[in-house]
Amino acid sequence: MNQKKKNDTLKRSMEEAMEKAKEAEYQSLADGLKPKTPYLRNMLWAFLTGGFICVIGQAILEILLAAGMIKQEAITVTLVIIIFFGSLLTGLGVYDKIGKHAGAGSIVPISGFANSVVSPAMEWRQEGFIGGLAAKMFTLAGPVIVYGICGSIVLGLIKYLWLHITGGL
Amino acid sequence: MNQKTEVLSLSRPVYIVGGAAIVGPKEKKGPLGDDFDKALEHLGPAKDSWENSEIEMTVEAVTTALNKAKISAEDLDLFCGGDLLNQICAANFTARKLKTPFLGLYNACATMAEGLLVCAAMIGSGLFQRGAVSASSHNATSERQYRFPTELGVQRPMTAQWTVTGAGAMVLDVESKENCPYISGGVIGRVVDLGVKDPNAMGAAMAPAAFDTIQRYFTYNGAYQPDDFDLILTGDLGSHGHSILLELCKREGIATGPQFQDSGMWIYSNKQDVHAGGSGAGCSASVWSTHLLHEVRKGKYKRILLVGTGALLSPITIQQGNSIPSIAHAVVVETGEVKPC
Repeated sequence: MNQKKKNDTLKRSMEEAMEKAKEAEYQSLADGLKPKTPYLRNMLWAFLTGGFICVIGQAILEILLAAGMIKQEAITVTLVIIIFFGSLLTGLGVYDKIGKHAGAGSIVPISGFANSVVSPAMEWRQEGFIGGLAAKMFTLAGPVIVYGICGSIVLGLIKYLWLHITGGL
Repeated sequence: MNQKTEVLSLSRPVYIVGGAAIVGPKEKKGPLGDDFDKALEHLGPAKDSWENSEIEMTVEAVTTALNKAKISAEDLDLFCGGDLLNQICAANFTARKLKTPFLGLYNACATMAEGLLVCAAMIGSGLFQRGAVSASSHNATSERQYRFPTELGVQRPMTAQWTVTGAGAMVLDVESKENCPYISGGVIGRVVDLGVKDPNAMGAAMAPAAFDTIQRYFTYNGAYQPDDFDLILTGDLGSHGHSILLELCKREGIATGPQFQDSGMWIYSNKQDVHAGGSGAGCSASVWSTHLLHEVRKGKYKRILLVGTGALLSPITIQQGNSIPSIAHAVVVETGEVKPC
């Protein structure tokens, strides 16, 4: 009886292994026939677009500083302006077209964060302002906020403890 | 002793007496654009939502197909329909409008082939006289259900396919009309899953299912070889999936040739920047219901094996780390003299 059980387990694990091997073989066949991704072109686009957004941000910041704003306020106002334009371009249906070419170049700057909030809001507007727009608005940005806050708490704790240990406090 | 039935062979032919498709603006601009009956002016909500726009498209595709076949909705014995939306709502609302007996179907992008098999089997076995089949998809409704909001600036990988905005419908009848092709049989697909987990590589997920069905057909049909078909047309494998299918056939000794084609590679041109091609239930449905029927009537194709391919993707099980099960159904469409069974 025990022997039969052992044999069954052995058989099952052999079958599983064969299935895994078949899957791995197929995956390598499929990967071999994959159309080529134009990595160099994509990276160039990401660099240029991301860089361009940063240059605009820097220009706004310089103008605000030249107008006599203090640095901390000027940074906040710059972010607000970039967020505004990210949202506006999303609303006009342009930001997804930029993102198609730029990839991470337009996702990583804060305008990309604005895009990730405004696009679901537009998408679920059809389901109403409360259950649709408002409820779904943070489906993409929510995780960023949650883990951003969690991360900052952990880092804060580490800093606090470190300063305690080293006596810097 | 009972022999297991692998290949369906209808005891009487079921004629395709009408077909119509309503598509989106991008599909209209594609190489088959002139063959579609009507196109939406823009993708955006026709009335108040994308879902309503898909429902309207489906209703119009079915009514146009019925008009072309000169059959009224009251005379239909059966309507089989499906789409990609949760609870297949485009088909449900179309059936609400038609008021005919309704079977709702879901086999993702293989829904049209599934519908043709179900409807033809019921008519072919003498249960019914005539029925309609429809399938639809809409780029915006399915993108937001399966992937991301439409306005999110993401970069699609090269294996990704573009969900077709389109609804296709066919009317099947036991009586022939002038110059109509007929369905003589088919294969009900098995779910095949070789562990592909990437929802942006649906062609790779579906190719083994298409291969399984094609292999079963040619092993068990007893009459035809791949060379006997003018066209072996898969639903929406796209360029990546299509090349995998050809490779699988080569490895297993099934002779491939120029008759192996894919509807997903027909519907858009390379210039339209859709990466691997079209996909979605509306892809095969709209191409088969219009362009293909036109070409058959012109005499370009005499015997066709339609292989509807469907990735039975669930966004929830994908998130849970499961792979994408896939299915493919085959439908044999022939023209000319009906061979006695």
